[in-house]
Amino acid sequence: MSGLQGHLSLLLVVIPLIAAPIVAVLPRGRLPWAGTLLVTAVCAVLAGMQLWSVVHDGVISYELGGWAPPWGIEYRIDAVNAFVALIVAGIAAITLPYALLSVEKEIPEEQVPLFYASFLLCLCGLLGITQTGDIFNVFVFLEISSLSSYALVSLGRKRQALTSAYQYLVMGTIGATFFLIGVGLIYSQTGTLNIADLAERLPAVFDHKTVHTGFAFIVVGVALKLALFPLHLWLPNAYTYAPTVVTIFLAATATKVALYLMLRVLFTVFPNNFALGTPTFDLFVISGIAAILIASVYAIYQMDVKRLLAYSSVAQIGYMALGIGFASAMGVTAALLHLFNHALMKGALFMAVGAIIYRVGSCRMDNIHGLGRRMPWTFGAIIIGGLSLVGVPGTAGFISKWYLILAALEQQAWISVAVILAGSLLAVVYVGKMIEALYFKPASEANQSLKEAPLLLVIPTWILALSNLYFGLNTELTVGVAERAAEVLGATGL
Amino acid sequence: MEVVLGHYNYWVVIFLMMTGFYTVISRGNLVKKIIGLNIFQVSVFILYISISTVENGTTPILKEGFEVYSNPLPHVLILTAIVVGVATTALALALVVRIKEAYGTIEEDEIHQRDHSL
Repeated sequence: MSGLQGHLSLLLVVIPLIAAPIVAVLPRGRLPWAGTLLVTAVCAVLAGMQLWSVVHDGVISYELGGWAPPWGIEYRIDAVNAFVALIVAGIAAITLPYALLSVEKEIPEEQVPLFYASFLLCLCGLLGITQTGDIFNVFVFLEISSLSSYALVSLGRKRQALTSAYQYLVMGTIGATFFLIGVGLIYSQTGTLNIADLAERLPAVFDHKTVHTGFAFIVVGVALKLALFPLHLWLPNAYTYAPTVVTIFLAATATKVALYLMLRVLFTVFPNNFALGTPTFDLFVISGIAAILIASVYAIYQMDVKRLLAYSSVAQIGYMALGIGFASAMGVTAALLHLFNHALMKGALFMAVGAIIYRVGSCRMDNIHGLGRRMPWTFGAIIIGGLSLVGVPGTAGFISKWYLILAALEQQAWISVAVILAGSLLAVVYVGKMIEALYFKPASEANQSLKEAPLLLVIPTWILALSNLYFGLNTELTVGVAERAAEVLGATGL
Repeated sequence: MEVVLGHYNYWVVIFLMMTGFYTVISRGNLVKKIIGLNIFQVSVFILYISISTVENGTTPILKEGFEVYSNPLPHVLILTAIVVGVATTALALALVVRIKEAYGTIEEDEIHQRDHSL
């Protein structure tokens, strides 16, 4: 490893970080967008190289500033981080071509450079969480990504965007502070912050109450960021009122990174099945089941398509929580698979809805009647994304639900099997409701003259829609990586 | 008595933490919520600083004649956390200013009446 290759892990974080202030001072027009596009493309390529290198050469350990761990900060990349980092960077790179027109329409011109700067900071924070092997560093990156996403959400056109951002800020800060308390408590018992070092030292003090308290604080704090039911209250508002591009990006990446962090804490930071001795996994199953049922029912009653999809996201996070709650290799594999597949389907769906917003200016159910005939490509992407959300065979959503059901059957958790199936049926109802409004209701006069969305919006949407089909048919790559990742996390010994 | 006095730093932390947390939850005024959030964060700063203390230790500056030092690492960590806290407060206050411009009020229930968003 030499030259660029040796610094790959650090570059992934540093490039967006340095690019952010540069983009902020670029002149108005399309230059800030072009700069951001370049950065996200570079990051996606680097993340791809990193995954390749990890799969072929094993774990990468990068010492920041040459300080050896555990004293210095270490970036430690294994199959799990590399996988999540590629999802984050990849989604960012696909979102950016889409962003040009959508942002021009939704963000006032003078704020566009700042918008892209915040976007890059958010990307930097999310990538940082995946890359770092130091738990305090995780907190710092968590706050970088959170603070920039509060700012991004508040840029929405309606005034409710401000109150949603405020609500998100208050809940997000409480979550991050809980995480900080937990980190402080385990530091006081072990004297280290390096995750690999913590994993070695923590087992010796597992019976201390302080460690248990720290564990509880960290899990609850991350659960707030993850929008785990019932800590999801910030999510529907934030997703509904944020600018479309922000919703796409956050829905496909932010909660995924939080889920990754949760897996890291549960399996790597606290090794030797520590979490099995606590009620954590039972709580995950209960909250997962509640999320799937309650949030899906909420989704059915929404009158705004974006809000409907936001509630559906809460339900989908429930599936991932359920997967973790099974506390088995199969369950964790299913959760990781769903993490990836859900990023694809929600990305495609929010992009398609964004295309409708671009044309109509709203996505309330009664404003989109008959648009499916006017915008066939956008509508097609919604159908594919919707089918994937339901879990129809041949789509990515089917694969993750299949593995989830296998994990449930493995433990003979019949209630969970029934809930997973019921959740799919509820998804049929809310996806059907969208399709009904879009296709079967007669178009209003204003909608008669609408044209298909511009190509720049349709192409990224279809890239994600088609990848839903591709990863539904070719499962070798995703299942292979997810299984390997579950193994790396140490979930196989459960 | 030993439990109470021997751990007085933790009692201070717990008191501040609960005060802040309760303020965030119970107050309807958006600025008061931020103040609560700040108190909540400060309690964590004190937690970190107090656990870094070493008995009979001095401030962690190298000087002849002093052998025992407090642990400087939590100090550094908290310096970072303070910066994060300042950024959060600044962003929150900026949002409150914008909310005041958009709604003409910073009371949660009045905002809720206007468009059912909080």
